[in-house]
Amino acid sequence: MTIQFNDETFRDDYSFYNSDWAIKRFPFPFHEDSYMYAVNMEQHRGGPEGSVYEKRFDVDEHYVSEMRDRAMVLADDPLRCQSLPHMTLAGWDLLELIMVSKSEDYPDLFELHRDGNQWRWVNKPLGIDDTFTFLDETTLPYGPMEYITRQTQGDFCVLDQRDDMLWMDAGMVTTQADWSLDFDIGMNFFEWHAPVPLAHEKGIFKRALKFLLNIQQGAPARRLNWTMTVNPLLDTSPENYHIWGIQKTTLTPENIGSKQHLRVELQTFFRLPRSNALVFPIRCYLCSFQDLMTMPKWGRRLHRVVRDLPVELATYKGFIDNRPMMLDYLSQFDDGLPTSPGVWPDQETEPPLQK
Amino acid sequence: MSAAPQKAKPGGQQIPVVVSAVVPLNDLVTRFEFQCRDGGAFPPFSGGAHTVVEMKDGDLTRLNPYSLMSDPADSSTYAISVRREDGGRGGSLFMHQRVKQGDEMMISYPVNLFSLDLRAKKHIFFAGGIGITPFMAMIAQLERSNGNWELHYACRTESLGTYVDVLSYKYPNKVHIYYDDQNQAIPLEDLLDGQPLGTNAYVCGPKGMIDWVHAAASAAGWPDAQVHSEEFLKPEPGREFEVRLCKSGKTITVGENESLLEAIERAGVEAPFLCRGGACGQCETDVVKADGEFVHRDHWLDDDQHASGEKIMPCVSRFLGTLELDR
Repeated sequence: MTIQFNDETFRDDYSFYNSDWAIKRFPFPFHEDSYMYAVNMEQHRGGPEGSVYEKRFDVDEHYVSEMRDRAMVLADDPLRCQSLPHMTLAGWDLLELIMVSKSEDYPDLFELHRDGNQWRWVNKPLGIDDTFTFLDETTLPYGPMEYITRQTQGDFCVLDQRDDMLWMDAGMVTTQADWSLDFDIGMNFFEWHAPVPLAHEKGIFKRALKFLLNIQQGAPARRLNWTMTVNPLLDTSPENYHIWGIQKTTLTPENIGSKQHLRVELQTFFRLPRSNALVFPIRCYLCSFQDLMTMPKWGRRLHRVVRDLPVELATYKGFIDNRPMMLDYLSQFDDGLPTSPGVWPDQETEPPLQK
Repeated sequence: MSAAPQKAKPGGQQIPVVVSAVVPLNDLVTRFEFQCRDGGAFPPFSGGAHTVVEMKDGDLTRLNPYSLMSDPADSSTYAISVRREDGGRGGSLFMHQRVKQGDEMMISYPVNLFSLDLRAKKHIFFAGGIGITPFMAMIAQLERSNGNWELHYACRTESLGTYVDVLSYKYPNKVHIYYDDQNQAIPLEDLLDGQPLGTNAYVCGPKGMIDWVHAAASAAGWPDAQVHSEEFLKPEPGREFEVRLCKSGKTITVGENESLLEAIERAGVEAPFLCRGGACGQCETDVVKADGEFVHRDHWLDDDQHASGEKIMPCVSRFLGTLELDR
């Protein structure tokens, strides 16, 4: 299908919106009526047609506007994109992975023509048509990682693998859930995860690291993570906390349905072939509470998950103060009926709201 | 999440290939070159990576890891070099005696457990015998990026000096050869002394050589993280033993000449694996009950884990007695 790209903003007037298509394919992250951390990994090898899991790098109606927002963030703060000197080869790996994937998965939007190391890249939605020499940085306007991630939705952490450890040695991070690449650059896997509550005690990170170190070429993996964001902000960074943090106090019972968003990250993991590094794309999807409530199953389940979430997690995810107001709103959409297992909305089989 | 749950195939993805060339190099070593069966390009790889070659030997499926030694920038061909082990379990003999040009085989995607530290200001390679193979690919990779490297390569005799001719011709100032039968030895202590800060050392060869380099580097004050080694263990024969597989409800007997992993697979039970040489950790298996003595041979579990009796790496380790596994 041809995608109609929205003309929208993720700041100031917040004209971001989801079409019916986007709501239906939203990656709702709860497969049951409660939530706890788990190393919920699965193979990233396609998914149901039209779902966000189908392609290696999902492109949706927000693409053009998200790239415009990323360019604004970078203009204000160039340190959102960093690559330590030994990570350039991994940057080329990433550029190749994305160009090959997108040109194969979306041939109507992207083209890659290769003649040896002479490459031509056509990005129709962004109006780009560049010819360059693969592995020759001087032929691109930016380093290879920055060049391609200015054209790809989601944040990117490029992790070097040494001494049975992963190191945050490069990245493009402008749509993050309150963490800073500039702070974490050069840290190892345990160091950058240090602030997460409960998961260390459960041994989650040790198991996750073991899994990630063993991700092999040709066998990418994925998982979901989630948090809450007031207003459809992509850039909820510590650097800009003074701008967005205060907005959490603007929720009212009247505006919560449209202002409060569930923020879901589709995290994928690919082994990079030439550098043996690991790339960790973190793709952010936003959906307002009122749009989520159009799916009766999601309405019932979101209320139960938010209600029963441990205090530590609600605090870490930054919505402990607003939880009572959220529950007042969400409880209107929970009639106590059971929900079907799995993440899908099951519109045909789940009964409409019984109140 | 269960968007579309798909189980990973044990051993990772495979590539169907055709043997495009079989090149004997000397009395012991032969190079095998592969091309993709569909005529397409191979995935790129990084120097130090290996592939697991699947050999259909009658009813027996052999899976042996070999370092990729071709130029990583050449996506048309993968090459491995195999040393014939007359006293081995038969994989290398199968390659030498049965594999011919034009044969169709399956090989795994590249897996790298021995990669370059790309931060290094300089790379020193120590190779012993067939241990030269990963360095062939690393050298090709570094040459493309003007990397700073040198090679010290010990061979038994001139006639068994696999790739000595090519290496000495292309890189006369970077390659140093030492022949055992001429009483030449790598001057290891001298070489480790006085290297520029940020130098990384890599060793691939017999176990004795690997231990020697690690010990000498440690004694010379090198940080452990700057000394890298790769040794694929081969499963060793041993006494027959019985294993109960709890999850699958089967009892199997591990023969003298097969590994525990091979016996599990022979029983039709899917078990994860990658390197099959005790290095990658993928086949780690929980022990439910053990009546007897472990013969741990892997590099993956640490000493405490070995002593605990709670885990075993079935690709190379064995047991004397009766074992019950969570598989």
